[in-house]
Amino acid sequence: MPPPDPRLQLLHITKRYPSVVANSDVSLTVMPGEIHAILGENGAGKSTLMKIIYGAVKADDGEMMWDGRQVAVANPAQARKLGIGMVFQHFSLFETLSVVENIALVLDEPFDLPALAARVKEVSERYGLPLDPYRSVHSLSVGERQRVEIVRCLLQDPKLLILDEPTSVLTPQAVQKLFETLRRLASEGVSILYISHKLHEIKSLCDSATIMRGGKVTGTAIPRDETPASLARMMIGRELPVCEAPLYTGENRPILEVDRLSLVSDDPFGTTLENISLTVNAGEILGIAGISGNGQAELLAALSGECTGERESIWLAGEAIGHLDAGQRRAKGLVFVPEERLGRGAVPALSLSRNALLTAHRQGMKQWGLVSYRKAKEFAEQCIARFDVRCGGPEAAARSLSGGNLQKFIVGREIMLAPKLMIVAQPTWGVDVGAAAFLRQTLLDLSRTGVAILVISEELEELFEISDRIAVLAAGKLSAAQSKAATNAESVGLQMSGLFNETAQPTESGHAPA
Amino acid sequence: MHLLEPRAQPSQLMRWTAPLIAIVATLLAGSFLFWALDKSPIASFQVFFIEPLTTSYGWSELLIKACPLILIAQGLAIGFKARIYNIGAEGQLIIGALFGGGVAIYFDGSDSAWVIPAMVVAGALGGALWGALPALLKTRFNAEETLTTLMLTYVATFILSYMVNGPWRDPEGMNFPQSIMFGDNALFGILLEGSRVNTSVFITLFAVLAFWLFNARSFLSYQLEVGGQAPAASRYAGFSAKQTVWFSLVISGLTAGLAGVGEVAGPVGQLNLNISPGYGFAAIIVAYLGRLHALGIVLAGCLMALIYLGGEAAQVSLQMPAAITGIFQGMLLFFLLGADAFIDNRLRKPIR
Amino acid sequence: MIDSLIPVLAGAIAAATPLIFAGLGELVAERTGVINLGVEGMMLTGAIAGFALAAETGYGAAAGLPAGALAGAATAMIFAFFALSLAANQAACGLALTIFGIGLSAFIGQHYVSYSLPGLQPIAIPLLADIPVIGPVLFKQDAVVYLSFITFAVVAWTLAKTRLGLLLKAVGESPDAAHAIGYPVLGIRYGAVAFGGAMAGIAGAYLSTVYTPLWVQNMSAGRGWIAVALVVFATWKPTRLLLGAYLFGAVTILQFHAQGLGIDVPVQFLAALPYAATIVVLVVISRDRKLLQLNLPASLGKPFLP
Repeated sequence: MPPPDPRLQLLHITKRYPSVVANSDVSLTVMPGEIHAILGENGAGKSTLMKIIYGAVKADDGEMMWDGRQVAVANPAQARKLGIGMVFQHFSLFETLSVVENIALVLDEPFDLPALAARVKEVSERYGLPLDPYRSVHSLSVGERQRVEIVRCLLQDPKLLILDEPTSVLTPQAVQKLFETLRRLASEGVSILYISHKLHEIKSLCDSATIMRGGKVTGTAIPRDETPASLARMMIGRELPVCEAPLYTGENRPILEVDRLSLVSDDPFGTTLENISLTVNAGEILGIAGISGNGQAELLAALSGECTGERESIWLAGEAIGHLDAGQRRAKGLVFVPEERLGRGAVPALSLSRNALLTAHRQGMKQWGLVSYRKAKEFAEQCIARFDVRCGGPEAAARSLSGGNLQKFIVGREIMLAPKLMIVAQPTWGVDVGAAAFLRQTLLDLSRTGVAILVISEELEELFEISDRIAVLAAGKLSAAQSKAATNAESVGLQMSGLFNETAQPTESGHAPA
Repeated sequence: MHLLEPRAQPSQLMRWTAPLIAIVATLLAGSFLFWALDKSPIASFQVFFIEPLTTSYGWSELLIKACPLILIAQGLAIGFKARIYNIGAEGQLIIGALFGGGVAIYFDGSDSAWVIPAMVVAGALGGALWGALPALLKTRFNAEETLTTLMLTYVATFILSYMVNGPWRDPEGMNFPQSIMFGDNALFGILLEGSRVNTSVFITLFAVLAFWLFNARSFLSYQLEVGGQAPAASRYAGFSAKQTVWFSLVISGLTAGLAGVGEVAGPVGQLNLNISPGYGFAAIIVAYLGRLHALGIVLAGCLMALIYLGGEAAQVSLQMPAAITGIFQGMLLFFLLGADAFIDNRLRKPIR
Repeated sequence: MIDSLIPVLAGAIAAATPLIFAGLGELVAERTGVINLGVEGMMLTGAIAGFALAAETGYGAAAGLPAGALAGAATAMIFAFFALSLAANQAACGLALTIFGIGLSAFIGQHYVSYSLPGLQPIAIPLLADIPVIGPVLFKQDAVVYLSFITFAVVAWTLAKTRLGLLLKAVGESPDAAHAIGYPVLGIRYGAVAFGGAMAGIAGAYLSTVYTPLWVQNMSAGRGWIAVALVVFATWKPTRLLLGAYLFGAVTILQFHAQGLGIDVPVQFLAALPYAATIVVLVVISRDRKLLQLNLPASLGKPFLP
């Protein structure tokens, strides 16, 4: 018997954008039933390549072979017809529609919701991905939404399933369940393209890997035979940088104290915060783990002052600030780095020097209501130099910077305000490995000067790298913080799905529902 | 159908050439319109845009029309920067005129030199009040200012109509819907003999300078800009959204109210149903055409005044309806918005 | 008492008809995330196009309505080019369209000032017209009023029960997601805006060829803006839009019946009533932020550049 045709073959794919070559001469082969990893860090060109396969982006050069025949995929509908399914990193679901309605929109078949709902139920149960077809998507957890995306693909009898960073939103336990499902699909002959930058996941799941860097293929590997370090070298071209956490020797006093903070969200799709208590001391980093959508946005707004509440629910260095607005809290030494850099942490179309003014205006940049743009520019220049921000100078628009460099600028700006307390959300989201290491080290160094830092992140590895203590936010409730040494990813993962144990949540009498 | 893709850096060149492109495009479309109406475009433009400027009287009329447009647009630009869309300046102008006119009617016959200053203050208050109403509705009840300001314009029109048909109707006006003619003390003094140019010019002049300083240097102006471009960044920085709404709407109402007094205590000289040929709406275009910049608005205001003058001239010489002014205004705004798209975007490169 | 109210109610139904057309059209456009503030302009363009064709051909509303629909859709395409293809500010583009439409209609309408048309005779629907009260109010109307009933039913059914309705809602909520799964977002929005324009055009043509069959400059008198406000009031739901339109129809008609009903208020105050009522209604609905947010098409007014 001759070997079967490859399911998918890409030959010399090239895609140029005005400012960057996203893919340059990329070739890869995926066999039926193979789980194939595309490994690369942010900006390596993985997502562009997947969009080319899915027909959402057109390649400038190169060929695509499908089951041994050359094909040109003009649009996603055609890709679906060939049997290509895609699970997006930022889900392509409609919040206000129900599960079955979302699925109906991609299926090329007569519109019959009740019949489809029955099939959704059947398929979702067969693969261990239970779903209620009539639930609204906005009421689903992130993990459930991913199930919807996967089931949506499965209903089209895919021959190739593309998953773009699928585990960034899952608990460690849910990742294991996902892997089971994927292995089962592969055993049924479905090929899987698995895009990730998480080395150990690729090692445990994938049969083969194509490694990309700067838009080019830098190697192929059998992940089982590699070590995370050897994969990392292929991915970033050098050793993985490691952060150093020196011991804090200064005075150990509480800076931020949150006392039974409860908050009903303004957003109809938001999460209600219940009875949140926490303390961050000078010189330490408190990490808050959890999957976005579990009250992270609400907690951040309540802490930063974008949303105000009861006076005595939040204390900063011994002073009740719960009733103060964001500006007033900033004046008392609180700074904040939000997860949305463009549009919240910085105004996209304004220059860096004008963006410096956004929060640094208290640093003597204004007098009698008039602004000194010269001082703002000097501030921006200092920030750029001190925090190694690569950009076209202080007059460059914020949106012209890469994610990592803009994040360095925003973090730098906030640090230069000489804070008592710094709150950071997703410090390294979408940032390349080098910049991420720089940012983490910057936060560690800052904390050791006596600043209290609260980090909210979805990346457990990151939290374990930089935090002194870790708490978990799930369904609007916060577990008690535990020192890093006393906990591990497994137990944090359980808490992320809402299972708090008695000692972790002394104020709660029972278990939260799983 | 996707023609554009974002630029990394907004184009400063496009920011300032967009109005010129829009003007040229409007002239081209206008030529087509004249040609379609069997009129020579060149001769028509001669009537429309050149002839009004061949006499010193024409220039003085240009000034008279430009002043209220510039004044209103300065106030509107504040709000537009913050993306607070006050499209009811016409109504605020009317209420300002009513307040100012009320003072004139009440003090009719007085020879005090304070009548005019009192009218100016009353007009500013009236306009500000009519702007404050939508601000209240927005901050308190979350009601869209676009719709409320516009609806309040209709309401203002009917109030004016009631006043000049009822309590303030000139008893000797043969039942025309108009008030008495104001006395000399209730009119701005004429500046240039033989023209209608009056001392209200100084109000506009002062406003231009004040708004120029405000835009160039004030922190509040920066806050408004941030609030308009990125509301989340504004909340993040701790700027007050309510303050932005109040300030934008009250200031734009105030300038519109001042413009209203300028009309009734100037060229119109009384309260009647025709105190404004749509200045409040045209000023929206002036503000955008002038790049929301105090000095840019001066140039844009002059151009818009010329379109008004040209429309009047076309009515006389070309027997065209005055409505052609509205067509030109609409086209100008469309082309301007189209050209503005290229500040932040550029044409998508065709796929090779 | 009821008998004296019947003509008022019947009048309210007719007065509401242009609001229903224009409102349904705007509702569909807004469902896809496009806010077109040019309804007033499209209505006036439709009104003059309808009037001109009705007058020139002699076929009355039968020619006027299609002409109005075409003219409304055509002007909507100007808006769509700037607001969708060039991704310009939608609110400002709508305003430009209104200014342009007012100017254009007045310009063309100059030839038709003091011209009048025959209008349409009411048609009594057999059996239904004989129902007490409801019959004479709802079923002794002109044909266009019946058309508004049908249009409402079709739009409501399409939005609620069909794949197309789902797609419109999906595009309005997340154009990015719709684009990612391969739908032509811009094409769908163009279609919705064209529909909105055609509906506004019909509304205008109804005003000029049936409701008050003579040409008056600016004859829509803010109805386009009220229609936009009604869509907000209706929280983007067709049934609520219908009810809101009838409420406004009643408020509008009040000024003509005030004396008969024994209300002694200056005519200007009654004339201002629909506009003041619009503000009141907006305030009432907008103060419930959650209700509004739950129903608001999430991408409303935001340009889409993939």
